[in-house]
Amino acid sequence: MVTAVTNLGRSGLYDWLIQRASALVLTAYTLFITAYILFTPDLTYDQWQALFGQLWMRIFTLLTLLSIVTHAWIGLWSVLTDYLTERLMGFKGTIMRLLAQGLLALVAVTYTLWGVEIIWGF
Amino acid sequence: MLKVEVYRYNPETDKAPYMKSYEVDTQGKDVMVLDVLGMIKEQDESLAYRRSCREGVCGSDGMNINGVNGLACITPLSQVVKKNKLVVRPLPGLPVIRDLVIDMTQFYDQYKKIEPYLQNDSPAPAIERLQSPEDRAKLDGLYECILCACCSTNCPSFWWNPDKFIGPAGLLQAYRFLADSRDEATEKRLSNLDDPFSVFRCHGIQNCVAVCPKGLNPTRAIGHIRTMLLQSAT
Repeated sequence: MVTAVTNLGRSGLYDWLIQRASALVLTAYTLFITAYILFTPDLTYDQWQALFGQLWMRIFTLLTLLSIVTHAWIGLWSVLTDYLTERLMGFKGTIMRLLAQGLLALVAVTYTLWGVEIIWGF
Repeated sequence: MLKVEVYRYNPETDKAPYMKSYEVDTQGKDVMVLDVLGMIKEQDESLAYRRSCREGVCGSDGMNINGVNGLACITPLSQVVKKNKLVVRPLPGLPVIRDLVIDMTQFYDQYKKIEPYLQNDSPAPAIERLQSPEDRAKLDGLYECILCACCSTNCPSFWWNPDKFIGPAGLLQAYRFLADSRDEATEKRLSNLDDPFSVFRCHGIQNCVAVCPKGLNPTRAIGHIRTMLLQSAT
């Protein structure tokens, strides 16, 4: 058992499951938006606003935003713990990894709050 | 004459590793890579490598042959040599002790972590602990591993985290004991694996499957471990 406190859910299985579930949400949203744009050739601002005015679309979009953030955290956490490690570069690795994780957390929180404002703010 | 390049490094005399060229006369025979190393040793007895059974059972002579990990004793030249050139290096990712001999401590430490022995607290029966033929069949494709380390040293996840990720060889054995009907430590074994590194650093690259000299499939075993974790924890 290896202890880790900066991964998303403290458990490898939890992160693995969330990574797959969020990937499904992202796929569904991508397919839906692409199909919507393709099948609405003369898309107007009013139609676009009406689409995002519906509750289910706001929930779907927020779910997608949260999926992007968690998916990115789990994926980039893996990358950072592969390449920025104490084993490869000494204590500097730990400092750089924590800084990168902090930056990633800041970006994640910013996008989440900003996204909520955009989805629910108009 | 076969051209052979061999990775040489003696930490007592060399500042850095280097490749040394040899020419070997195999008399047109399709010999094994281990035989070629033997012929080189006749020319240059300072070359160091591990070998023992010379028939793919002991797992001593795992090395990187023309870019692919394998056992020198069961790899014929015809399988790997192109343009009459053979390049032999130590297994990648682990510290080199000398020439083709690597320090396998990290590999064995990971193997140790999975407690590779049967755990059963029930009173022993008068005869052996019996298994049905079906339960015994579950161990096929798992017990054959000879711990040569060709798979783990070919795994990028193991290269980056050899101290945290158990690696394909260790995980194949972890599943060998999880799948054993006579073992009673399943829950303890699973709870020891549920962190983000031990099992879940496997990203399904399947380099392990591509090189296993015994034709085993660690990726599939890791998939079974994931399923067992999922079944017990959700």
